[in-house]
Amino acid sequence: MNSIRLRSLPHLLLAFVLTFAGIQQASAQDAAAVKKEGVAPGATAAATPATAAAPAAGGGDAAAIAAGDALFKGNCAQCHAVNEQVVGPALAGITKRRPISWILPWVKNSSKVVASGDDYAVALFNKFNKQQMPSFALSDKEVTSIVAYITSQEGAAAAPAGGVTAGNAAAADGQAAAGGADAGAGKYVDILLIVLVVVLIVLVVTLVIIGNLMKDVLRGRKDLDGRDIEILEQRFDWGKFYRSPVLRGIVGVVFALVLLYEGVQSVMAVGLNQGYQPTQPIAFSHKLHAGTNQINCAYCHTSVYKSKSANIPSANICMNCHSQVKTESPEIKKIYRAIERKQPIQWVRIHNLPDLAYFNHSQHTQVAGLQCQTCHGPIQNMEVVYQYSALTMGWCINCHREMPLNTKDNKYYDNLVKLHDSKNAGAPFTVSSNGGTECSKCHY
Amino acid sequence: MKYWKGIEELESAPEFMQSAFAEFMPVKESHESKDDTSAPRRDFLKLMGFGVGAAMLASCETPVVKAIPYLNKPEEIDPLISNFYASTYFTGSDYNAVLVKSREGRPIKLEGNPESPITKGGLSARAQAAVLSLYDGGRLQHFAIKGQKAEVKQVDQEIRTKLAGTTGRIAIVSHTIISPSTKRAIAEFAARYPNTTHVMYDAQSATGLLQANGGVVPGYDFSKANVIVSLDADFLGTWISPVEYAKQYVVNRKVSTDKRTMSRHFQFETIMSLTGSNADVRVPVKPSEQGAVALALYNAIVNGGSVSTSASYGKQLAIAAAELKASGSTGLVVSGSNDPAVQSLVTAINQTLGNAGTTISAASSNVRQGDDARMAALVNDMNNGSVGAVIFYNANPVFNHPMGDKVKSGIAKVPLTISLNDRLDETGSLCQYAAPDNHWLESWNDFEPKAGYLSLSQPVITPLFTTRQAQESLLHWAGNNTTYYRFLRANWRGITPTDAAWDKVVHDGVAMGTALPAAPAMTAMSAATAASQLSGAAKPNGVELALYEKVGLSADGCGANNPFLQELPDPISKATWGNYVAIPRAMAVANKWEQGDVVKVTANGHSIELPVLIQPGQTNGTVSIALGYGRTMAGKAGDKVGENAAPLAMTANGIQYMNVVTLEKTSATSPIAQTQTHQTLMDRRPVVQENTLANYKKNPKEVTEYEKIATPDGLEAPSKVSLWQDYQYNNHHWGMAVDLNSCIGCGSCVIGCQTENNTAVVGKQQVINRREMHWMRIDRYYSSDAHKSDFESKGKVGTYAAMEDPSENPQVIFQPMMCQQCNHAPCETVCPVLATTHSSEGLNQMTYNRCIGTRYCANNCPYKVRRFNWFSYYSNEKFEIVNGHMFTDLGRMVLNPDVTVRARGVMEKCSFCVQRIQLGKLEAKKQKRRPVDGEIVTACAQSCPTEAIVFGDMKDPNSRISKLLRREDGERAFHSLDSINVQPNVTYLTKIRNSESEFFGKEA
Repeated sequence: MNSIRLRSLPHLLLAFVLTFAGIQQASAQDAAAVKKEGVAPGATAAATPATAAAPAAGGGDAAAIAAGDALFKGNCAQCHAVNEQVVGPALAGITKRRPISWILPWVKNSSKVVASGDDYAVALFNKFNKQQMPSFALSDKEVTSIVAYITSQEGAAAAPAGGVTAGNAAAADGQAAAGGADAGAGKYVDILLIVLVVVLIVLVVTLVIIGNLMKDVLRGRKDLDGRDIEILEQRFDWGKFYRSPVLRGIVGVVFALVLLYEGVQSVMAVGLNQGYQPTQPIAFSHKLHAGTNQINCAYCHTSVYKSKSANIPSANICMNCHSQVKTESPEIKKIYRAIERKQPIQWVRIHNLPDLAYFNHSQHTQVAGLQCQTCHGPIQNMEVVYQYSALTMGWCINCHREMPLNTKDNKYYDNLVKLHDSKNAGAPFTVSSNGGTECSKCHY
Repeated sequence: MKYWKGIEELESAPEFMQSAFAEFMPVKESHESKDDTSAPRRDFLKLMGFGVGAAMLASCETPVVKAIPYLNKPEEIDPLISNFYASTYFTGSDYNAVLVKSREGRPIKLEGNPESPITKGGLSARAQAAVLSLYDGGRLQHFAIKGQKAEVKQVDQEIRTKLAGTTGRIAIVSHTIISPSTKRAIAEFAARYPNTTHVMYDAQSATGLLQANGGVVPGYDFSKANVIVSLDADFLGTWISPVEYAKQYVVNRKVSTDKRTMSRHFQFETIMSLTGSNADVRVPVKPSEQGAVALALYNAIVNGGSVSTSASYGKQLAIAAAELKASGSTGLVVSGSNDPAVQSLVTAINQTLGNAGTTISAASSNVRQGDDARMAALVNDMNNGSVGAVIFYNANPVFNHPMGDKVKSGIAKVPLTISLNDRLDETGSLCQYAAPDNHWLESWNDFEPKAGYLSLSQPVITPLFTTRQAQESLLHWAGNNTTYYRFLRANWRGITPTDAAWDKVVHDGVAMGTALPAAPAMTAMSAATAASQLSGAAKPNGVELALYEKVGLSADGCGANNPFLQELPDPISKATWGNYVAIPRAMAVANKWEQGDVVKVTANGHSIELPVLIQPGQTNGTVSIALGYGRTMAGKAGDKVGENAAPLAMTANGIQYMNVVTLEKTSATSPIAQTQTHQTLMDRRPVVQENTLANYKKNPKEVTEYEKIATPDGLEAPSKVSLWQDYQYNNHHWGMAVDLNSCIGCGSCVIGCQTENNTAVVGKQQVINRREMHWMRIDRYYSSDAHKSDFESKGKVGTYAAMEDPSENPQVIFQPMMCQQCNHAPCETVCPVLATTHSSEGLNQMTYNRCIGTRYCANNCPYKVRRFNWFSYYSNEKFEIVNGHMFTDLGRMVLNPDVTVRARGVMEKCSFCVQRIQLGKLEAKKQKRRPVDGEIVTACAQSCPTEAIVFGDMKDPNSRISKLLRREDGERAFHSLDSINVQPNVTYLTKIRNSESEFFGKEA
């Protein structure tokens, strides 16, 4: 954590300079910026998790496409894209190539179709290096809705919108927009300040000139008595000013206060690893996988919807695709080596909560329906992952105070919502109003 | 009625009274604390200043933490999600069907398997602690030749060569084996080496019982018994199959308004046992009188005679005989004696009662098969040189057999000696070869505890060390190179012909079917012969010794290196860490002995020195000593704890766990680490309540005394007046009910809680310093036999004086005591840093990371359930021996990852297993439903073999606890210390005794 030292050192220097200059804006602004960054929640739109069951009866095309969208992302998108060949073939035009009566058994159990000697199936199997497509326990209706979705996406751009990633994009966009607005406002303020400063300088210069003119006029007059001359010839005694105990006192107090503030800030930052961005043993890019290729987070982080831990993917998950994709890349070869040597990959852990705090991913993803980006930031844009959020208790608690509970369609909360509404109608039913800030919710 | 927790309290000894009311006993450290975080208080500021600076510097170099995923993740394992696997615990004493809770492939907790028709989800304290033994660093970690590490191949080769060249008898010595496949493996070994004999012996032998019942243990069914007469059989604590019997026993002990009947239980015993303390009528008799008692009962029931009331136990025996007779087929007599004559009479009595099919079912039990005579013959053979090879399979006769010395000398004379024991113990270290067995959690095995009932154990972790399953070793040496799993599968083809059937059995852990070969027949002594033998028995002179088994530690000593069991307080004496000579009070007075005085006990020419403990209820003229202590090669924690009493047993006619001893006081004293009298509740309003069945039958609404307080509107319940604002619970309101009628005091919950919550073991000295850490304790109160009703006959002063007088045979009541999660908690108001606060679900939360250790909360707790971490029990070298599992990577695998290991200087207490509550709620939320009752249970409620503890959501009107509290409100439900109005969330149910009056005195 060199950054903390580096950050605090210029602060300290700045403090000296600013104290004597009498301006302290910059440092305060800096601190405020950090704080703001820490608590910015992302989009909280309810996303359909990959594990969610297929939606109820698809009444109408739009519903079928929507259902197909979720299913496609949850099951197919790891190996297939609509308009380009990934691990498996591009699926655009599938309805023209094959009848639905062929697609259904193929999706459910492709090896059976291959074994049955179907010509097309065998040819396909051989074309893709005898890589078997896994069996999917999907109903006919679900497969049909996936096909409907594919048909709807034919010819569209390579990166379709929707699902979790659409949420991500929205979240990121929102932030970018907010940032832009910030920057815009800041520019106006700067221009305004510059104009004001110019006006002030002009004013001061004008006043000095007027003062000198007045003095000259007065000096020309002869009817002045001694006292008037004394006032006229008065000079500002800078030496006296420096020696003034009042000034020294004020400067001393201000300096001490700034020092204290900085001290407290740096002590509070102990153990704070926000922005921590270590080099990983394999240059894995979330930007490429989650951003460009739109792979669902839960495809690799398998237990994010069911467990306390999101699960760092095991090498066999990488192999699902990388047995075919980019096999010559030196980074991918590191995975092969790990498998050959039977040595697990030792990633550097970025998000480290202290052992005394209990955090459960599934509570926040499956139950609350939060986006990964809410806490992990624009992960789809991160070439190398860094710790986006402060992960301090204050950060947790703030969110628990502000965040309304996701009580929709959850029978667990039905009665509680009624009780809450009957007592405090209008007030949001936040996590903390359901006891979400009590000690033993996280510490035991 | 007056309750007292111990003799010191009753006598108001000055040393005791001095510290009786102090929450923390002042302790002078004998040597400086070596805590690695230790700092004198005056240096606090210096260190604080330095610490802040150092922390700033240190924070610049945050250590790199690695996240290491699986290389190839197993499908069924998700990190941080627990998996449960069915298995079976049987180490030669009690049988338990278990579920193993496993996290990332590490077994961390054992729970009862509710599918089992035998233990039905109950689990003994020993089984609860067994998971710790898996990670025991004292296990032998490799094969060995003469104690030196050796390659498996080399050991195999040498053993095979030597076995082939053996001419004399080959003996396999083991404890009782209930595994059909293991027996088959041994049979295969015997087929390869035809001179082989398999000798089983039990450290707590039941040969007498087997002889009287054709070689098997009868299938007792206490649930159908209306009258139970037990002659020294501690069937709730240690005898044969305690969890099974406790489950059955309690069926007919639970009462409610609709069922106002319960069984009647007579206990004739020497020591104050767990079973005796639960009996309605407990009668102290000497070990030598057991025969006479059995004979008198036999004469009364079989021969129709009358019981002479001349003996000290005569009156009660006459009542017992009369009630037994009246109960007929619902009566049951059991005896813990190892005398075939006594057991023959008991069998005859049961036959006369006609209880076959009711209280004795056809499914006989297999968990005791040891034959003392065969073992004794083997020991003699070994000594006279006719044994060519001996293999010890999880047997340690040098330590736990009464003829241990002869076994030792015999081993030296046997040309080939092999130990399959899990460690180089007293026996194994004398053997030439050691081929250590896997732990049972690393093994496949099958079991048939009762005829027709099968169960399996499956490995839940790959062997931690270079060990091999003993059966596989035997098969290897017999020339069969198959794995034991394949061997077992082949044996199960008949029961599970398909893979699906097998998978189901592996999943369930239990199955129905018979696989064990029939037990070898034993000839029973006829009742008439037994009667004449007993009536002619000579009465011994002198002090009689009774040897018994502890509820925690088994008589074979195999759990000795398990610190959980060493620190489990004895249910009655509340002593931990070691055995002692329990003596009756009269003997202490007569000899002017005081508790802790060391006496020399001599019998069979063998003597041991142990401190005395004054035990109310101990039969006059007798002393008793626990078996299983005094190990010398068990491991760090188990060595030199107590003394081995096995050599004091009589071995003339089978093994009799009694003898005549001489006692001689030495000049030494040795303190006994008791948890008794530590949290004194004397002089308080009723903490614990009991009444009689007669009163309950009359009016259930009058059995519990509810305290009232004076208000301007007259007498009111204490909760009517309060300075506090009441909490509103919208979501959940967790509560617990403890039925004192069902609680037998076995301590299973104590160990269940300890394993679940990573509670530290503190060792003998800290227990003496009153710093034990158990979150849950079972308070044991003795009652005196004087009562207010004596006012008229004895006068008030006389009665009160009598109340002070120690009872020779007190009644005992158990009360599990844990944090009461008060709604008006006194601890919460005094915490200066809000480290203990109230939750919106009724929990009294303890936040360790906020606690600064003022200990105000513990001082203000009326129930004395808070525990303070005086040391870093996980890193302070002083605790490495007793709490070793927290020091090594191996041992730390047992820790529950969901519960923090508490640091030095913080307070801790029962949390109502908040980690389980949180998990249960989360699962419900994920499935978009409310939690189902019974889904969320605390570790104590789950482990209770008698279902005395009910836990649930009191906001849910259909939960078991809500129904129970509604039913018992105003009848048996009461809060401990109700008058102080702390409004606990733990409710107790009054104990109901099936005795004619409240006290035994009236019974006679």
